[in-house]
Amino acid sequence: MNSDRTIVAKELTRKFGDFVACDRITFDVGKGEVFGFLGANGAGKTTAIRMLTGLLAPSSGQATVAGFDVYSQSESIKRQIGYMSQRFSLYEDLTVSENIRLYGGIYDLTDRQIRDRTDAMLSRLGFRHAAHDLVRSIPLGWRQKLAFSVALLHDPKIVFLDEPTSGVDPITRRQFWEMIYDAASAGTTVFVTTHYMDEAEYCDRISIMVSGKIGAIGTPSELKRQFGTDSVDDLFVRLARPAANAPPESRPRP
Amino acid sequence: MRRIRFLAWAEVLHVIRDRATLAQVLVLPLAQLLILSNAATFEVRDVPTYVVDFDRSTASRGLVDRFAASGNFDIVGDSTSLDLANDELLRGRVTLVVTVPHDFERSLMRDRAAPIQLAVNAEKGSAAGVVQSYALRILSAYSAELGTTLRPTMANVRSASRDQPPMRGATRIEVTVRNRYNQTLNYKHYMVPGLLVALVTLIATLVSAQNIAREKELGTLEQLNVTPLTRGQFIAAKLLPFWVLGMLDLGIGLTAGWLIFDIPVRGSLVLLFGSAAVYLVVALAIGLWISTLVETQQQAMFVTFFIVNIYLLMSGLFTPIDSMSPWVQTVSLLNPVRHFVTISRALLVKGAGLQEIVQPLAILALFAVVTLALAIRQYSKRTA
Amino acid sequence: MMAFRTRSSALLGLLRKEAYHILRDRRTLIVITLIPIVQVVIFGYAIRTDVEHVRLAIVDPSPDSATLALRSRFGATDNFRIVGVVPRSADVDRLFQRGEAQEAIVFEPGFAARLGQGLPARVQIITDATEPNTGSAIQAYALQVIQEYEREINPAAGTIRIVPQVRTRFNPTRDSSNLFVPGLMAFVLTIISSLMTAISLTREKEMGTLETLLVSPLRPWHIIVGKVAPYLLIGFVSVIGVIVEARLVFNVPLRGSLALLLAEGLLFILVSLSLGILISARTSSQRVAMFGAMVGTMLPTMLLSGFIFPLESLPWPLQMVSFVVPARWFVTVARSIMLKGVGLTYLWRETLVLVVMALVLLTLSTRSFKERLE
Repeated sequence: MNSDRTIVAKELTRKFGDFVACDRITFDVGKGEVFGFLGANGAGKTTAIRMLTGLLAPSSGQATVAGFDVYSQSESIKRQIGYMSQRFSLYEDLTVSENIRLYGGIYDLTDRQIRDRTDAMLSRLGFRHAAHDLVRSIPLGWRQKLAFSVALLHDPKIVFLDEPTSGVDPITRRQFWEMIYDAASAGTTVFVTTHYMDEAEYCDRISIMVSGKIGAIGTPSELKRQFGTDSVDDLFVRLARPAANAPPESRPRP
Repeated sequence: MRRIRFLAWAEVLHVIRDRATLAQVLVLPLAQLLILSNAATFEVRDVPTYVVDFDRSTASRGLVDRFAASGNFDIVGDSTSLDLANDELLRGRVTLVVTVPHDFERSLMRDRAAPIQLAVNAEKGSAAGVVQSYALRILSAYSAELGTTLRPTMANVRSASRDQPPMRGATRIEVTVRNRYNQTLNYKHYMVPGLLVALVTLIATLVSAQNIAREKELGTLEQLNVTPLTRGQFIAAKLLPFWVLGMLDLGIGLTAGWLIFDIPVRGSLVLLFGSAAVYLVVALAIGLWISTLVETQQQAMFVTFFIVNIYLLMSGLFTPIDSMSPWVQTVSLLNPVRHFVTISRALLVKGAGLQEIVQPLAILALFAVVTLALAIRQYSKRTA
Repeated sequence: MMAFRTRSSALLGLLRKEAYHILRDRRTLIVITLIPIVQVVIFGYAIRTDVEHVRLAIVDPSPDSATLALRSRFGATDNFRIVGVVPRSADVDRLFQRGEAQEAIVFEPGFAARLGQGLPARVQIITDATEPNTGSAIQAYALQVIQEYEREINPAAGTIRIVPQVRTRFNPTRDSSNLFVPGLMAFVLTIISSLMTAISLTREKEMGTLETLLVSPLRPWHIIVGKVAPYLLIGFVSVIGVIVEARLVFNVPLRGSLALLLAEGLLFILVSLSLGILISARTSSQRVAMFGAMVGTMLPTMLLSGFIFPLESLPWPLQMVSFVVPARWFVTVARSIMLKGVGLTYLWRETLVLVVMALVLLTLSTRSFKERLE
């Protein structure tokens, strides 16, 4: 196993009764890579992320994250990773700095570290004036950037982002991706799921999930060449169409 | 340890900033205590009573006067018509009919005994039993009174046997009665210590269940599950603020009860709060357990209400445990509310010490360990 | 004519949809039908006020023929159970505090000797009066035993005996469960009704289908009828279940007309459901609605309906409030029908109140729904 492979999944599977959400998926992600985990809604992306972050136990297969096994060492994994879920999950009735302080404490940062990193983060984001505002009252785009920064607060090796840009305007989306690049160039692996196919162009490598299986994996340009499409969007449509046209029983349930 | 501090502090902020929770936790319990204390009583006053007096003698009028003067009975009718009385009974307009037979006084003089008929309207529910008790008490007291006043005119005195020792004025067995712990027979002294328990239970179980269920609903729970926070740390941080709130509410309720209802506080408050500390762990653990079973806050509320309801009604809070069927009494041993109600009453009303409450307290401690362990086990950061 | 047909078929469609919802959610269905039945059993055996098997402690500093004779009297009756004999009355407190004894009889030393000399012999009855009614009752029991003994040893003594002949009208078995069970019906039905309406409405709210319904050709009252009807049916099943239980398990008499009881039960459920809908419709926050429904219906039913605590005991402000608690009227009706066997001629007043409540609440709910639209 290559030591610079921060995420390795082999034949990872998850069933819910008869329904197979993830069907023997196999892939790996390197250090400092921006890996795009694409797929339509219900294709199994969130299930995969939940297995990798230790929230859901796999039905079968193997996976390691940051070198730790997801079955037996999930608590160790959690120390090494950051997570930003679909719903952003910052406490809306706490202020910006209270949220930062909370997560800092949970990840065992010292008071001094918390103070310093809070300062740095707020300056970088330009939020200093909003430090004592309730999260509920700051705009959606800001919340999303804040959530991302909080996920990075404890310098994790890998950060998992589940649909981080949903419902956000294009300008903020661009800014967000700049933050992702910054993190990646600092050595943090970024594992991001999205159903916005244009964002795929921003990633180092991508994989496309279709009905629980990995339909394609590689760099965006490789795949476009391989499938003869101009954009990842077209690529996706080509892969996903057979699934979309299939009879309803085999279509993944939402 | 440090992590617990951070998370617990965040919890406190949540509660302070959420007006609904704050109301639930501070205002509602107090309001409930005030209303419940007034509503939950078996004391009966001004019982509508109908008297059918066929005798109309000194003795019978004396009896009717006793009833009227007692303060418990309100004589709404006084005639010699049994039919009228029965009709009133049927219509539910009177709860008691006292019928004096036509030879009442004569029987008393001649046989030293006479019957009185009491018809109690049982459809009034528990009032019926109480009314019966009150009425019997009046009859008893009147008997004793007559015993002394009627004696000099008794023909029996002359026929007393010469072998028997000379009779004194008083009866031979002198009975005194003492109402221990509740001289004035004030129902609130019984109810309020029990209601304090109910209060605290609602806070601990309901609010904690709802709280965790809300995190599930909002998704913030997932965020915490992804961190290295352990189960134990999460649970401790979640339950600690509510534990404190529960104790606080107990204090507020106790003060209110003492100020407004003048309830007795005869035992050690240290013991009371100490027992509360243990009891709260049980109540909170149950709330936590419920939260693992449900998905939404709403479901948390349903389930908790049902469970707490059952616990409260079977705890001896409203009706005495001694009156329950034997099998229910046994089952209620598993009810932590029962034990804390017993402790609360023993400490506050009966002035008990540690030795007297050691049994229910030990059971509570056992429950605390077991329920907490079960709840923790049930709570998993990872879905299997 | 056309419009009428469309609307009534729309209504039927709504009814069918509700039926599917209910039947598919098997877990909720089981809970809803099972819980009332279970609760009636539990509470029927738990909510009682009968006082029996009184735990008695004896304080006998100098046991002699008289004290032993009296003690055996106490031991012989069913009412008492002697749990301990102690020499000093100071020991009694501990027994009370532990709950081991409910009552104590304290003889003075030299009891028999004093009796023999014609002097008054003192005996004290100490009752644990924490629960006042129990205290009074057991005091009366003890007094009775002592007085009987006294009459026996000294028939010539000047004791007067007024012999009470008590008849408990409408409850010959003198079982307190007969009194509680009808009230229990109201309690249980109230919970089910408010629960069910809340579930139904909030389900719609969550899925946003309520808005869709409101903009459909269905009039608001159609929607309400459509929602209420299926639960009315379930509630009806619950009523039957509870009555059957009351008869089979607790032998509560049913002297009046079963049909009338069922009809009144149905009416009561209708009122409770409407109340539940009104509460849910008027509040904006989900949590407040739920809480309000349960607290606003459950608590009054438990405390202000005469179910456990007598209405006569309520302080008059609360007595006023109890007039607007539907359960209060239904409890009176249920008890009258079951225990007294009376019919509508005696109960027309209570029934009228329930009917009026039903109409008022349904109208208010409909209006609230209309307001929602605007």
